[in-house]
Amino acid sequence: MSKRQPPNEAQPVVQKLRLRYAKSGRMRFASHRDFQRALERAVRRAELPIAFSGGFSPHPRISYANSAPTGAASEAEYVQLGMREEVNAELIPDALTAALPNGFAITQCVIATSGSVADRLDASLWQLELRGVNREQVAVALNQLKVTPDVTVDRVTKSGVKQVEVGSAILESTVTAMESVAGVEACAILQVVVRHDIPAVRPEDVLTALVEYADLDEPASSVFTRLAQGPLTGDPVTVGDPFSEMR
Amino acid sequence: MTAKSLYQELEPLLAQVRKPIQYVGGEVNATVKEWTDAKVRWALLYPDAYEVGSPNQGVQILYEVLNEQPDVLAERCYAVWPDMEALLREKNIPAFTLDSHRSIRDFDVLGVSLATELGYTNLLNTLDLAGIPIRSADRSDSDPLVLVGGHSAFNPEPLAPFIDGAVLGDGEEPTLTISRLIAEWRESGSPEGRLGLLSKLAAAGVVYVPAFYDISYGSQGHIEAIRPNRPGVPWTVSKHTLMDLDEWPYPKKPVVPVAETIHERMSVEIFRGCTRGCRFCQAGMITRPVRERSAGTVANMVDCGLKRTGFDEVGMLSLSSADHSEIGDLAKGLADQYEGTRTSLSLPSTRVDAFNIELADELSRNGRRSGLTFAPEGGSERMRRVINKTVSEDDLIRTVTAAYASGWRHVKLYFMCGLPTETDEDVLQIARLAREVIRTGREVSGRRDIRCTVSIGGFVPKPHTPFQWAGQLPAEQTDRRLQLLRDEIRGDREYGRSIGMRYHDGEPGIVEGLLARGDRRVADVIEQVWRDGGRFDGWSEYFSFDRWSSAAANVWRDEPIDLDWFTTRERSFDEVLPWSHLDSGLDAEWLWQDWQDALAEDEVGDCRWTPCSQCGVCDQMDTHIQVGPADKVWIPTISVGATAPEMA
Ligand code: B12
Ligand code: SF4
Repeated sequence: MSKRQPPNEAQPVVQKLRLRYAKSGRMRFASHRDFQRALERAVRRAELPIAFSGGFSPHPRISYANSAPTGAASEAEYVQLGMREEVNAELIPDALTAALPNGFAITQCVIATSGSVADRLDASLWQLELRGVNREQVAVALNQLKVTPDVTVDRVTKSGVKQVEVGSAILESTVTAMESVAGVEACAILQVVVRHDIPAVRPEDVLTALVEYADLDEPASSVFTRLAQGPLTGDPVTVGDPFSEMR
Repeated sequence: MTAKSLYQELEPLLAQVRKPIQYVGGEVNATVKEWTDAKVRWALLYPDAYEVGSPNQGVQILYEVLNEQPDVLAERCYAVWPDMEALLREKNIPAFTLDSHRSIRDFDVLGVSLATELGYTNLLNTLDLAGIPIRSADRSDSDPLVLVGGHSAFNPEPLAPFIDGAVLGDGEEPTLTISRLIAEWRESGSPEGRLGLLSKLAAAGVVYVPAFYDISYGSQGHIEAIRPNRPGVPWTVSKHTLMDLDEWPYPKKPVVPVAETIHERMSVEIFRGCTRGCRFCQAGMITRPVRERSAGTVANMVDCGLKRTGFDEVGMLSLSSADHSEIGDLAKGLADQYEGTRTSLSLPSTRVDAFNIELADELSRNGRRSGLTFAPEGGSERMRRVINKTVSEDDLIRTVTAAYASGWRHVKLYFMCGLPTETDEDVLQIARLAREVIRTGREVSGRRDIRCTVSIGGFVPKPHTPFQWAGQLPAEQTDRRLQLLRDEIRGDREYGRSIGMRYHDGEPGIVEGLLARGDRRVADVIEQVWRDGGRFDGWSEYFSFDRWSSAAANVWRDEPIDLDWFTTRERSFDEVLPWSHLDSGLDAEWLWQDWQDALAEDEVGDCRWTPCSQCGVCDQMDTHIQVGPADKVWIPTISVGATAPEMA
């Protein structure tokens, strides 16, 4: 009866590529979905042989892991591409970076053997650039936070207010300072290692905790950057390279 | 001029607003030229949100055409949402362009694209945010020229005191001419300042300058006369028509938004103009004659565009895409070419005939087959004769049923409410039609899960159309008729649940009508509404009818005019219409005759297939129909995309 065509067949994946990418500058304001569309278009622009799923609305085989929130910069985001033909992984970072808007950059590409990157992303190293507050103020607040039990903050989301447990997720922290940037005098630089709990603690939650539980003055403005994401290693703990054991 | 980027100051604000990505620019194919290299600098504004404005082809075309000139630069800007507006006002940061984040006030020209009247308050707001006086009379030589273009610019009178000029018709050539005239004027030492420049642009016939015309009114409120108040200013100003679209294959490298927009696809304009002659359609009347792009050029634009953007969908855009003389071959050729590449093609066609289904079948053969759209516009056969959208009831049902038979599950039907001479009965026919469609659809497809959605828009009479003299249906009447229709559909036990209905309230249509057919006296109302907080009037969550009606009552309390006078009042042939001096090429007598024919339920043919109906456009504008098939034969290059260049 119906002349409907059979749906597209799924294309077999012959090679999986794992990419590390950075978002910086203006593109830190892209949401996760914005990046997804940009990457899919870049893959087409670079004419990479990505594999597609089957059915009536075929999708490219791309899987994302734990992306940074809108507004945060990152040097350590991860994504996996399923290819229908083998490609030379070394050429991918430049080819894709050239096809993406400025501010997104593919910094590494490895051929996946086993496991998944997502399983290796246990914690993040975040840097909080807090403009308008100085090193001492943040150091004091941080010490205060460490001795405060049950540090929980409210995060307003589209679906309502979410309670985020901040205290126990912060594993390590250091404070340094940066000399005047862009006409703003003091700028404290806080680095924290945060374990990926559910819900994951975001840098803005850490800042909220410092303000609400440790009386830190609200900074004039702030920029958050994820410096690393990966397995927890060593003592004191650091965030390792999720690719290191996979190559 | 010390134009600098405001990005540093904006950056901390971006973290505090909704969807900050819409304000940062930097998209693939965005152009940032060296500021100091340019002699003439344009800021192009689409006075609505980025998500709505960025798919517009007009701005994209002008952006590229201007930026291709070595000594001209163009940057884009859009309306900012109220959250961003509040922060900009608080921090004293002016409205900015996306490309280099410079203040709009630093540019030589602010070119505004007006696709709809409901963006007027956003235009005022943007001017104010940019620190540009909202009234042209208050501007100094250091303010940009504020020029409007786009369909609504065919009656710019309600905006007259706010704009410096309007450009009618296609913008490609005029914007280049304007750039050249500005550069020349400046090289000769900017004689007579702003006024000197505007006189030069007006005398060249390229820009309509409202300030150079005086309007006098009679005691009943009617316009008595419109006449130039300066030597060298033409009595009438004509629209521009771009011929040979193959020579202008723009946009060549469309900007690829990072933010989500309403149209997530690339568009290629396959022809401009439309002569179907639907009497309600301003776009069709003011863009005559039809000028096609050849299939070869279209295929080329699709190919280059996809390579440069990475989009996975192409829309073949025009006012009535299925009417392209080579559309069958084009659709088949492109579908073959992109077979297996997961690229979808779409054709926004609303024609009510089997050909529409054939095309849709062809284009969707590698992918989605969701909904198919037809636009009968009028519910009854009588109504369709009035609006010159002729299709018989039997044909309509046969066509829609054929769609279900060919595997489509969901059919959308577009209608209008409030058309001239319409009765309740005409509107209720929509329900009967939908019912019949579902009944026969179930029969031929053997399925009960087929659906039909009727979408109903309120009719707004527009300038330069045969209905420009018509009285608009009052909002309460529109709402009442739609309510009757809704009850009729809901009350149907057998088929009602398979029929969806989408419609809008009548009130926004009245404001649109006021702005569409208003004259200069409407300007004070627009300003009042804007001062009272009016923004984003095209968005139901921001629109307030009360704001408009009370502003009108207040501004016109001592005048013989009111909202109804501009909207629901029928005009006579001898009334001087506010746009009488703006020439779209259409003969006033032809339009009036067409209006009379409408009332007599007589139809007029399409000049592509039936003899010329003497609408006046081609004679007046020295243009002609350009339809293919072109002498060049286009053979699809089957190889493209099937084998992507290897990277290994
Ligand atoms: C894509 C599209 C959209 C998109 C993108 C926004 C837009 N308007 O472009 C979306 C889906 C968002 C949209 C929404 C709407 N649209 Co729309 N849309 C179109 C469509 C299909 C193409 C527009 C286009 O790119 N045209 C091609 C370009 C080249 O033409 P252009 O924009 O007019 O630009 C040329 C000239 O006008 C001129 N020009 C334009 N701006 C300027 C500025 C200056 C300074 C100068 C000198 C020249 C100049 O130069 C350009 C090049 O020649 C047209 C139909 C069509 N085929 O034209 C309808 C159309 C423009 N839309 C229309 C309408 C009614 C709407 C809505 C109001 C619908 C609704 N009820 O919600 C909304 C309003 C959106 C908003 N708030 O601004 C009508 C306008 C009716 C009229 N008065 O003629 C049209 C004509 C459809 C129709 N047949 O009725 N639309
Ligand atoms: S003048 Fe004649 S040929 Fe030209 S658009 Fe009008 S009806 Fe068609």
